[in-house]
Amino acid sequence: MVNASERIRWYPGFREIALLCLVILYAPLIIVMIYSFNDSPSITVWKGFSFVWYEEVFTGPEAERFKQATVNSLLIAVCAAITSTAIATASALAMIRGRRFRGQAITFGLINLPLMVPEIVTAVATLIFFASIGFDRGILSILLAHIVFCIPFAYLPIAARLQGIANVYEQVARDLYATPGQTFRLILFPMMLPGILSGFLLAFIISLDDFIITNFVKGAGVETLPTAIFGAVKQGIKPNIMAISTLMLVASFLLVTVAYFISRMGDQSK
Amino acid sequence: MRKFATLMGAAAMTMSFAQAASAEKLTIYHWFEYIPQELLNEFTAETGIEVVMDTYDSNEALLANLKATGMGSYDIAFPSDYMINIMRDEGMLDTFKSSELNNFDNIQEQWLNVSFDMGRQSSVPYQWGSTSFMVDREAYSGDIRTSDIIFNPPEELKGKINVLDTAGETLAFASLYMGIPQCSNDRSQLKKLSAMLEGAKENWASFNSDGAKDVLASGDVAAGMIWNGFGAKARAERASLEYSYPKEGYLVWADSAVLLKDAPNRDAALKFMDFLLEPEVAAAITNYARYTAGVKGVEEFLDKELVTSPENNPPADAPAGTFVEVCAPETQALYDAIWTQLKK
Amino acid sequence: MAGIIKKTGDSAKSADGTQTSIVDGRQHLLLLPAWLIIGVLLVIPVLLMLTYSFLVQDFRGGVIWEFSLEAYDQFFFDRGLFGDEPPSIEWTYIGIFWRSFVQALFAMIFCFLIGFPTAYFIATRPQKSRAFWLFLVTIPYWVNLLIRTVSMKFLIRDNGPINTWLLSGGIIDEPIGMINTSFAIQLGLFYSYLPFMVLPIYASIERYNFALSEAAADLYSSRWMTLFKIVIPSVRPGIIAGCILVFIPSLGAFLAPDLLGGAKNFMIGSLVEEQFKGQAGDWPFGAAVSMILLSIIMVILLFYARAQIRQNDGGH
Repeated sequence: MVNASERIRWYPGFREIALLCLVILYAPLIIVMIYSFNDSPSITVWKGFSFVWYEEVFTGPEAERFKQATVNSLLIAVCAAITSTAIATASALAMIRGRRFRGQAITFGLINLPLMVPEIVTAVATLIFFASIGFDRGILSILLAHIVFCIPFAYLPIAARLQGIANVYEQVARDLYATPGQTFRLILFPMMLPGILSGFLLAFIISLDDFIITNFVKGAGVETLPTAIFGAVKQGIKPNIMAISTLMLVASFLLVTVAYFISRMGDQSK
Repeated sequence: MRKFATLMGAAAMTMSFAQAASAEKLTIYHWFEYIPQELLNEFTAETGIEVVMDTYDSNEALLANLKATGMGSYDIAFPSDYMINIMRDEGMLDTFKSSELNNFDNIQEQWLNVSFDMGRQSSVPYQWGSTSFMVDREAYSGDIRTSDIIFNPPEELKGKINVLDTAGETLAFASLYMGIPQCSNDRSQLKKLSAMLEGAKENWASFNSDGAKDVLASGDVAAGMIWNGFGAKARAERASLEYSYPKEGYLVWADSAVLLKDAPNRDAALKFMDFLLEPEVAAAITNYARYTAGVKGVEEFLDKELVTSPENNPPADAPAGTFVEVCAPETQALYDAIWTQLKK
Repeated sequence: MAGIIKKTGDSAKSADGTQTSIVDGRQHLLLLPAWLIIGVLLVIPVLLMLTYSFLVQDFRGGVIWEFSLEAYDQFFFDRGLFGDEPPSIEWTYIGIFWRSFVQALFAMIFCFLIGFPTAYFIATRPQKSRAFWLFLVTIPYWVNLLIRTVSMKFLIRDNGPINTWLLSGGIIDEPIGMINTSFAIQLGLFYSYLPFMVLPIYASIERYNFALSEAAADLYSSRWMTLFKIVIPSVRPGIIAGCILVFIPSLGAFLAPDLLGGAKNFMIGSLVEEQFKGQAGDWPFGAAVSMILLSIIMVILLFYARAQIRQNDGGH
């Protein structure tokens, strides 16, 4: 019986296509990783294994620039992720635990609006907005723009998590005379935590990833890691860029792994 | 929630603190790959002023970005001759008195009373050079002293040509090739120019300014428009590249450091200009960027091979270089339209 | 602020009594930050952009506050280089939109052709290896898009690893010219957004009841007939979601045409970028192009939403 249903589910070639898909997704990344260890200033000729370009990243003439860009990127990503997660948590509570209200559909659309508007359009609109009100472009302008598009990314996992939690827990707590604040802090929040954490991580990565919007709203002398890398790449792909890319790859990999285990933890505790 | 508010408050403070961390900061807007980072560090070590640098890849992008970011964010920029005129007309330049600069007398005579800044009231000379193209002699061994290489290329070079992504220079260079004025209002001339470029584009691989050196040095293209100093750097990476001074004419330019209006730190900007006028500093920039300095007394600090480099020494029979001209706004709009049409 | 507090107070009074929720009376207060942030930093800016698209261009950046249809006129009508010829349809920008549209469409199709079998394959794995497969497909999605595009550029350039290997293997004599072509842009779009296709389709297939396939097989439906008549229609919402997630960002892409296409041919994203960060400096025109792009996408999403509503109604 199992065999029969297995056979019905099976399609010839699907396994091969899936493997091909992985190859397509990983080949460029792995090749860049390999070449980042190339002991040669020419990026295409292999001359042996070395860490020389990693050294260059940390000690070379551009090290200070990339260090500052990394600090900016992390600072913006942490602040944008914290803020958007808090906003998304509040919104998810109101949308899912609240009663139906007029404009609920519109509110839902509004929260997801940053996902629907193409990045380049958001970038233009934000630039025009900041320029017309004379807002000083700098780290703060980047942060504000990032908070906006991080909200839906934080909202989705939090809302999904909250939907999976039956509201009897709160009912019981309220019946036992817990204040709404206590109920949230002691009952609901711990249960929502896996969703909130993965929302935070999503927002964090999305903020770190952004190039187009940041490029439009950044001010004089302020770079994030993607804009700094873009500036460097425009002049040609140099091995130190590959080293930076590899470091970022490893960082993303670690983050996703953490997010993955957090969500697993959440599933098991359900 | 209160905890969160405290946290955000702390974050906001960190951020404003990070922005105001160093008391003295100079923000410059510079061409890419034009000044060694070591010199900026040296300036910081000498004066305690931190230098933050953003880069651009064409005079037009400089203007557009200054308008987008607004005045009062950068102290110094490095436009070429014609762009200085445009920026002055736009009210983007501040002026200074020659007495405000200790090294004002270091400006070379020929760059003191220039049409784009008589008596140097807003700018100090930086580097000057030419715009033409390079050919990989391994790919093509025929005559390269003609702009046909770019606009009507031989079979070997078709599809292997990079063009500078700079409206002003590329259109002026094409006008020289066709022997028409740079600011023409003549209907048939402009249509011919547009048609010529459209046809030539079929043979081009890319529009790239920041990558102009890399595409040539890596062999991605076999011919490409380039600035002479940038070309010298390309030749250092690939010896078979040769810079051409075409018979139809080529462009020359003189970049200057200009003091921007509403500069956030005018004093630091003037100090930096003084720094740039020191012969040793100007020579260090020349040695790095491979152009020619507009400052007196640089000779003793220059790399020896620069004196004889083919990029910096036009052959005796080469025509004189031409500066990019500033067109009237209505005329400029026509050239902008040609450029957009070309890049569609 | 006072208004909101009063309003929430009212709604608490009108509680129906059947169930109390911890957010009762605070609902609007909780939504306020989201409304404010997205309203002020996205809705108002988009409206402002709409306004800018009807203003007069200032020379190389900025606007003059005068009403004008110039930007839209420039987009749709060709009046010759000198602006005095009788207007005819301007195909330049429509062509750019068309090209972007076609490339986004092909990116979507290729993503589907690779993405659907992949998603199906993953969804039919045993529980344990399924999670691992999913993990593998997700990781590239989280790697910086810029870095992925740069990696692709490195891989396919004339002196890049692919050409070097093929040359040294004696398979080709001349490097294959892949970089700076529309093929490269196409490849870049496909590569950038492939994970967007796999994930939603996977989510749909995972919920698909395979008993349906078995029933079809019992009724002598062939394997492929089952796929096209039963499986694909059942997981259609996931497929549509995947297609939209690939199509929309592809339409406005900037990095792929700029880095892989040699900036030679404008796509919508680079055309807009050129107006603000590049050399053209025509803000009203850039705003108009953005508005047109946004309108097209809103129409597509509207159709999507209507189709979904209809499907939900039909399902009951």
